[in-house]
Amino acid sequence: MKKTFKVNDLDCAHCAAKMEEAIKKIPGVIDATMNFLAQKLIVEAEDEKFDAIMKEAVKVCKKVEPDCEIVLK
Amino acid sequence: MTKKQKKMLARIILSAVVLIAAVLLPLNAYLKPIPYAAAYLICGWDVLYGAVRKIWNRQWFDEEFLMALATIGAFASGEYQEGVVVMLFYQIGELFQSYAVGRSRRSIAGLMDIRPDYANIMVDGDLKQVDPDEVKIGDTIIVRAGEKVPLDGVVTEGMSTVDTSALTGESIPRDIQPGYDVISGCINLTGVLSIQVSKEFGQSTVAKILDLVENASSKKAKSENFITKFAHWYTPSVVVAAVLLAFIPPLILHQPLGEWVHRALIFLVISCPCALVISVPLSFFGGIGGASKCGILVKGSNYLEALAKTEILAMDKTGTLTQGNFEVAELHPAEGVSKEELLRVCTLAEGYSNHPISLSLKKAYGKEFDPKLVSQVEEISGHGVKAIIDGVSVAVGNRRLMESVGVQVPNVNSIGTIVYLSVGKRYSGYIVIADQLKPDAEEAMKRLKQESHIRKTVMLTGDLKPVGEAIGKQLGIDEVFTELLPVGKVEKVEALLSEKSPKGVLAFVGDGVNDAPVLTRADIGIAMGGLGSDAAIEAADIVIMDDKPSRIADAIAISRKTLSIVYQNIVFALAVKALVLILGAFGVATMWEAVFADVGVAVIAILNAMRALNVKFLDKKMKAV
Repeated sequence: MKKTFKVNDLDCAHCAAKMEEAIKKIPGVIDATMNFLAQKLIVEAEDEKFDAIMKEAVKVCKKVEPDCEIVLK
Repeated sequence: MTKKQKKMLARIILSAVVLIAAVLLPLNAYLKPIPYAAAYLICGWDVLYGAVRKIWNRQWFDEEFLMALATIGAFASGEYQEGVVVMLFYQIGELFQSYAVGRSRRSIAGLMDIRPDYANIMVDGDLKQVDPDEVKIGDTIIVRAGEKVPLDGVVTEGMSTVDTSALTGESIPRDIQPGYDVISGCINLTGVLSIQVSKEFGQSTVAKILDLVENASSKKAKSENFITKFAHWYTPSVVVAAVLLAFIPPLILHQPLGEWVHRALIFLVISCPCALVISVPLSFFGGIGGASKCGILVKGSNYLEALAKTEILAMDKTGTLTQGNFEVAELHPAEGVSKEELLRVCTLAEGYSNHPISLSLKKAYGKEFDPKLVSQVEEISGHGVKAIIDGVSVAVGNRRLMESVGVQVPNVNSIGTIVYLSVGKRYSGYIVIADQLKPDAEEAMKRLKQESHIRKTVMLTGDLKPVGEAIGKQLGIDEVFTELLPVGKVEKVEALLSEKSPKGVLAFVGDGVNDAPVLTRADIGIAMGGLGSDAAIEAADIVIMDDKPSRIADAIAISRKTLSIVYQNIVFALAVKALVLILGAFGVATMWEAVFADVGVAVIAILNAMRALNVKFLDKKMKAV
């Protein structure tokens, strides 16, 4: 499953790259792209674990950049 | 400016005022640090707070952490003024970056301002505004003058002109009337239109284009990947170098620690690779935005990058270089017959048919005619038409038809479909019907050779040899392969792929409908979009919305300009950083230069990146040819 999420207050391009890397390392994630210019996160991951993976993604991103918020719909 | 940015600006100003006061106030050595510390905290408390959180999360190579470390280090060594100024500049730079990036993001988004906000539907005799998402296939929507067409469909009522410039870059409005297809994203200029919706919003042209452009920057170019990798190693290396610089020379040379620690702090200030990490994708984003302004949709930064290296350009003929609709090209009446009479009789005889030839005859004739003049029409498939017109029997068709009615016809060398006419068993002339070259095809080929320096242009067509070769010669195409089936085109492209140099790129331009396999096989597939052609938008890497072959040269020019900006930024940022690192290591550079090398370079690189969005230079090129 591939989903796109809006990202708020993503201010730093370098941090975006770090978050992307961190999300890619979560088990079950097939691919992740943090698009700094579109302020969007695209995650492709295994279907059954998707929600858990996204929760984990939010957590790792908070670690890199506490102000930045991924909007989970 | 956003609220957040305004707040930041206020803090910067206040901090600057306090800093000036601190410099001017005659305080003794014990009180001196207090106003400096105040100025520092006013502009930098959030950086300090961020740094503490980063330590907690063990993000050692974070920009905020390193900046905090450098400035606190400056304070600790008694350089209060320097500590405050570096923090102040850092914040000014960050503010400017966020402002510039936000602005450019908006100006690119503004280019693609084609998303419709609402659709009007008739409910119980009243117009009601609904979300375009809620409209179903088959519903009828009303579009008034000045409104955006929200969904793709067919006009059922009303005449108008529509502005397609947001989609195609084409400034001349199109006339539409009942029976015509309209696509979402156009602006209705004059009349009221009733449109029967043919696609849901998610599948509409507008939704597809928006999706494509928004996701284009997710497909990263090689130079972007290089920068990401570089950034990954750059910061840790500089920080390690800083630590070594602080402690090794004092140990070996037995020099005071303070001086070397200060030099090491300079390293920390320039350890962030932000200028590169922002400006490279921003340049590509700008290039893609500028291209869409011209009606060229690029599906990814990687394609924009590769396009600059195009060596071989293979092209389809029909629909790409030619218009794909057949028109009367030549009229050759026999002696004693006027051109008008030839066209009139042929059109009358073919008037009943919907054959492409008949349509092009009717278009050339351009006048209403009385069908009662024609009787006993007999269509002979593969040959033509026999009929009685003005009481005389006529035959309109190919050579075989003429032979069957016993009429001798001359040999003709024209390119295209030839229609002969005989009136009362007497040969009366012939008409040549041919596909028309696109108006800018010749100019496009000239520009591709002279300006884009394409090494080789190739035409691949399914059409007959004489037709293909004549057009190839007229346009100055290097190599022409004719009578190819789709499979044959793929084989030819594969052969051409082995001909190019390893770094070169082979691009194929087709009309997207039957060329899908070739579009995917080529390094870059360029489709002549033909407004609303789904197959084209999906199969290709680059879509030319207004079908003009000269856009290929435009796209290559945009690609090259974008790449040169990218290289300028990479070289400039790396050179300045390297220079300041070296000067810093020898104690020549101060923290002032270091902070310039960090945020100053980032700001300049961002401003440079924004040039990629500007496509005005293409107008001059158009005029030059």
